[in-house]
Amino acid sequence: MTNTWQDIKNANIVVVMGGNAAEAHPCGFKWVIEAKIENGAKLVVVDPRFTRTASVADYYAPIRPGTDIAFLNGVIRYLLEKDAIQHEYVRAYTNAGLIVKDGFSFQDGLFSGFNEEKQSYDKSSWDYELDDQGFAKSDDTWQDPRCVINLLKQHVSRYTPEMVSRICGTPQDKFLHVCELMASTAAPDKAMTSLFALGWTQHSVGSQNIRTMAMVQLLLGNIGVAGGGMNALRGHSNIQGLTDVGLLSNLMPGYMTLPQDKDTSLDVYMSTKLYKPLRPGQTSYWQNYRKFFVSFQKAMFGDAAKQENDWAYDWLPKLDIPLYDIIKAFDMMNNGQMTGYICQGFNPLQAFPDRGRSRRGLSKLKFLVTMDPLDTETSRFWQDFGPQNPAKSAEIQTEVFQLPCTCFAEENGSLVNSARWLQWHWKAADGPGEAKSDIWIMSGIFHRLRDMYRKEGGAFPDPLLNVTWNYTNPIDPDPEELAKEMNGRALTDLTDATTSAVTKAGTLLDGFAQLRDDGTTASGCWIFTGCFTEKGNQMARRDATDPREQGIAPNWAWAWPANRRILYNRASADPDGKPWNPSKPVISWNGARWVGVDVPDYGPTVKPSDGVGPFIMNAEGLGRLFARDQMVDGPFPEHYEPLESPVENVLHPKVRSNPVARVLASDRPTFGDVKSFPYVATTYRLTEHFHFWTKHALINAILQPEEFVEIGEALAKEKGIEQGGWVKVKSKRGEVVCKAYVTKRIKPLTVDGKPTHVIGVPLHWGFTGQARKGYGANSLTPPVGDANTQTPEFKAFLVDVEKTSAPVTA
Amino acid sequence: MSRPNTVIVRYTAVNRVNHWITAICFVLMVLSGLSMFHPMLFFLSALFGGGQWTRAVHPWIGIVLLISYLGLIIQFWRENLVEREDIEWLKQAQFVITNEEENAPEVGRNNAGQKIVFWSMTFLIPVLFLSGLVIWEVYFGEATSIPVQRAAALIHSLAAVAAIIVWVVHVYAAIWVRDSMRAMTQGYVTPGWAWRHHRKWLKELASDPQSKHLIRKRP
Amino acid sequence: MSDLQSQDFIRISASTMTPPSARSHEDQVAKLIDVSRCIGCKACQAACMEWNDLRQDIGHFEGSYQNPDDLSPSVWTLMKFAEYENEQGNLEWLIRKDGCMHCADPGCLKACPAPGAIVQYANGIVDFVSDKCIGCGYCVKGCPFDIPRISKVDHKSYKCTLCSDRVSVGLEPACVKACPTGAIMFGSKADMTEWAGERIEDLKSRGFSNAGLYDPQAVGGTHVMYVLHHADRPSLYSGLPDHPQISPVVSAWKGILKPLAMIGIAAAALAGIFHGVTEGPNEVTEKDEEEGERALNETEKTP
Repeated sequence: MTNTWQDIKNANIVVVMGGNAAEAHPCGFKWVIEAKIENGAKLVVVDPRFTRTASVADYYAPIRPGTDIAFLNGVIRYLLEKDAIQHEYVRAYTNAGLIVKDGFSFQDGLFSGFNEEKQSYDKSSWDYELDDQGFAKSDDTWQDPRCVINLLKQHVSRYTPEMVSRICGTPQDKFLHVCELMASTAAPDKAMTSLFALGWTQHSVGSQNIRTMAMVQLLLGNIGVAGGGMNALRGHSNIQGLTDVGLLSNLMPGYMTLPQDKDTSLDVYMSTKLYKPLRPGQTSYWQNYRKFFVSFQKAMFGDAAKQENDWAYDWLPKLDIPLYDIIKAFDMMNNGQMTGYICQGFNPLQAFPDRGRSRRGLSKLKFLVTMDPLDTETSRFWQDFGPQNPAKSAEIQTEVFQLPCTCFAEENGSLVNSARWLQWHWKAADGPGEAKSDIWIMSGIFHRLRDMYRKEGGAFPDPLLNVTWNYTNPIDPDPEELAKEMNGRALTDLTDATTSAVTKAGTLLDGFAQLRDDGTTASGCWIFTGCFTEKGNQMARRDATDPREQGIAPNWAWAWPANRRILYNRASADPDGKPWNPSKPVISWNGARWVGVDVPDYGPTVKPSDGVGPFIMNAEGLGRLFARDQMVDGPFPEHYEPLESPVENVLHPKVRSNPVARVLASDRPTFGDVKSFPYVATTYRLTEHFHFWTKHALINAILQPEEFVEIGEALAKEKGIEQGGWVKVKSKRGEVVCKAYVTKRIKPLTVDGKPTHVIGVPLHWGFTGQARKGYGANSLTPPVGDANTQTPEFKAFLVDVEKTSAPVTA
Repeated sequence: MSRPNTVIVRYTAVNRVNHWITAICFVLMVLSGLSMFHPMLFFLSALFGGGQWTRAVHPWIGIVLLISYLGLIIQFWRENLVEREDIEWLKQAQFVITNEEENAPEVGRNNAGQKIVFWSMTFLIPVLFLSGLVIWEVYFGEATSIPVQRAAALIHSLAAVAAIIVWVVHVYAAIWVRDSMRAMTQGYVTPGWAWRHHRKWLKELASDPQSKHLIRKRP
Repeated sequence: MSDLQSQDFIRISASTMTPPSARSHEDQVAKLIDVSRCIGCKACQAACMEWNDLRQDIGHFEGSYQNPDDLSPSVWTLMKFAEYENEQGNLEWLIRKDGCMHCADPGCLKACPAPGAIVQYANGIVDFVSDKCIGCGYCVKGCPFDIPRISKVDHKSYKCTLCSDRVSVGLEPACVKACPTGAIMFGSKADMTEWAGERIEDLKSRGFSNAGLYDPQAVGGTHVMYVLHHADRPSLYSGLPDHPQISPVVSAWKGILKPLAMIGIAAAALAGIFHGVTEGPNEVTEKDEEEGERALNETEKTP
């Protein structure tokens, strides 16, 4: 989230699209209700199904799964055509006026630089025209046809209301009414918040879905302001923390990226990171990358990371391919390239696309280690549970080690919520039986591995032998010690250049501004610096005082970065530093410094007249309507059909789906077509359950006991399916036999003149736990990933459905 | 008054046993039923071991009552068939009430009042049984809709009140018409009793050779 | 709860006594359920199960998000979901938390034959006292809202207590505490009615011209009230009664019939007594015996 949960109450329009906030985030949803009651806000829901969020919405519009970009590009077209944008904001704070290179073009569904063979883009033309000093050229009058706003206008000109309706199946009047409601927040004192979740990310165009709405928000002047922003409602407890500390195959903590093979030295690596300002006088905060990186290396390797060895740069793993994502990992298992798998706090047999493929992969492993508080399906993949898991145990040689571990309530630690707050929690009870904490287990594995390397040697033992492990109890490090390590400390006495204040060696640091690239500071995760200072554990703060009653309680827990609650909050004020909305100011310029309820996302004493852009992480300091080379699949968002789609791409039939989506060649035969699988399916959570966990809890199992799919009345009638009767839903990859919920809440959509039926597949059921056994939605889903994040396309694929009888269970 | 040496068997042992099973059940039903009918009488539930027991046992006694009463119906339906002279008797009933029975028409084995008691119970007991089934929560709580149950509860209560009133009349008549009780305890009546109350029946008995066995010496 | 301070109830089932009335200034409480804020998440159901230690058996999918499928001795509150297409052809998903309404004039209490098994406290809460319940099911028939359920195991009647145990120590009911959107509120009936007024204004401004408060007067008002978008048609909300009242059949059964029946029975008995006293017994006379014997003998002699 750019903003906070509480801040939602400041919105005038709340758009829930690409998510189902009321069902997946019922507690946070209270702030939407608050916005409606206290701020007279209107709630708009755009979703293939009439959800529980829609049940309290002021306006609902249906949409075909996988067509959000078409819808939102249509919104952009509407805003530009009706001139319903916040002019001053767009002019001052976005790259609307910057001029794009001549080589950039878009034709027949492809941006310039496409390489057919590699299925990827050469992105060198996706950039600004630079002047002699290396600064981007601009035209503040927006007359130049090559300036971003004009290229954008041209790009979205195809997305007329007729075209939007033809692609999305949304009736034109409903689409236009949504446009109207959104446009009402172009007024400087009005704000719209966008609440989204996996409904946008789980597509082959997931990142672009979100980007398109971000562009709408920039045009409306809704980024950085109270009640505005792009608010990703994270689907998992602490999934925000997971990304923050870089638990992905190509990331390091604090959104630094892991070096690749081609980054042969620290300098080569660093040359791609230190973004030079693209406009005069801009901040371009990533210029500090080296400080964050060196401090991380000092936290990892301590004294062994030295100037002489490039801060132990060589000890970091280097990627030989862009990344090892889940799709790749299971492909490698299936090919015998990956023979062991440590599965910590994860249930891939339920969570990954194409369950059959996952089961086959796990069956080929030599060993599988699972660490989980629950008896997961993954740990039991080898066991025959009847039709819901028809494993042939005798043929599976995988040795499975099931390590029970504690859950969050059985240990101290912190969780990072969607609003980027690090909230400390305290142990409430001992774990049951032999359950041990993840830290205890990982320490045990580490010590045994290191001992083996010490004794037996091995290929390149240096990183493991040199890693720092200075914990009071090395067997079971204290979570507070780990938190302090993340925060970072001074390694020698540090003297501040401007204030001459001295930070003694060994003291905990107050903020990442103190980090240095000379090896005198250590910090495990630079964005967390400030969470655990000499003043104590900032994450454990519980003062709910909200000075302006505006949803900002600065002394409740601690938010990264620097306890800032609203990102880009400089943009909440006009170029002179006066709040756009005087009744809900976030920060303002008082003549000497930036003051307000939030920590400025800006130099605290940088004068408005200095012309420093509010988006300080970007090299040009501006919000990007044109993404440059930051997206894999294009600097402007474009509508591509899902990999499995019932229709052609009416915009460019030759390029039907995202040309650079994450698809392995070996998976292509597993995609079905509309002839055999005529219906669109989408998967989702229900409010009664949390993923595959709560089916282990009796009360949740009582509240939603059994697997079902949702089918519209028209399709049910056509197929002779009865309310509550048994159906078989099948894709090219597998099938689910479950009950049918025949509902008015899913209506056939008219897409390109043809009726298109959508089938809803809730995802909670498996074969362990208290609820009734189920097949799991991922028996059906395709192994397709988003081009940028590799997130699987769980939200739009093809299936067939037929009436059947109850499955025979042993 | 000299004791007659001859007596007439009015009710066989089977008749009497069946009657008293019915009577005991009926009394228990009245006591348990009334305890659940009016708060003033809830104390009667103590006779059955408390409210829960009362509620549990009432329908089971009801089943016994029904079966038992079916026995009475089988045994007595024929002699209770309504005849023209019953209406005549009813018209003269004021003589009976004022103990001037001799002015009333001669009566067969049962007078019209007795027949009314018999047919009232024959109607009320099945009504009570059926309406009782509907409100028998343990087994039939979900078998019918709530409006049906409400109606059943009202019908059950009305029928019960009617049955109790009929029963009161029946019991009083048995006390008032002296020596009637003996008919149902020891089984016989005296020829005088029969002469006074059921003269026609007596005459039929006397003239019917088939009935000789009913006329015995006093035990 | 049968040992609650004895002046705290204002009505008690199957009692012929006048309840204590001196404590006339206790605040009437009310739970206000604003269906326009309810997202059907069932946190209230979960909280109810947790607080009251209730666990229904794991059921089946029954063609709706409504689960378990009905109220039961271990399900005291239940979200009900109704898909309704309005006049404009737009769908509305009307979600209502069902449970005891805590009527000011409770039909269950009126119907109950067991003294003290159902009580109404001075704050308006209607509570079942299990140790006095006889399991007859009359409360089921008395209730205009089809709420009480009789256990097949212990033959006691169960329903929402409005967390009378929590309320008596100054806490809100568990469902209220758990509701994430504030759709369930709790306070004095006066405050809740006033707040409902504000909500209704807001709903009217959003196009629900028939928005209103559900506080049916035919049962004396209720201590659980709803803010409805369509207060003109409560039955849209999974059959919430449009005009709830204690059934006239129940009123007759538990009203006029009781004294009439007692009078009738007593009258019959008294009639007997007075007849006996005034007219005396109907005895067989000596003459009767002679006549009787004679009648018998006559026939014996004439074969």
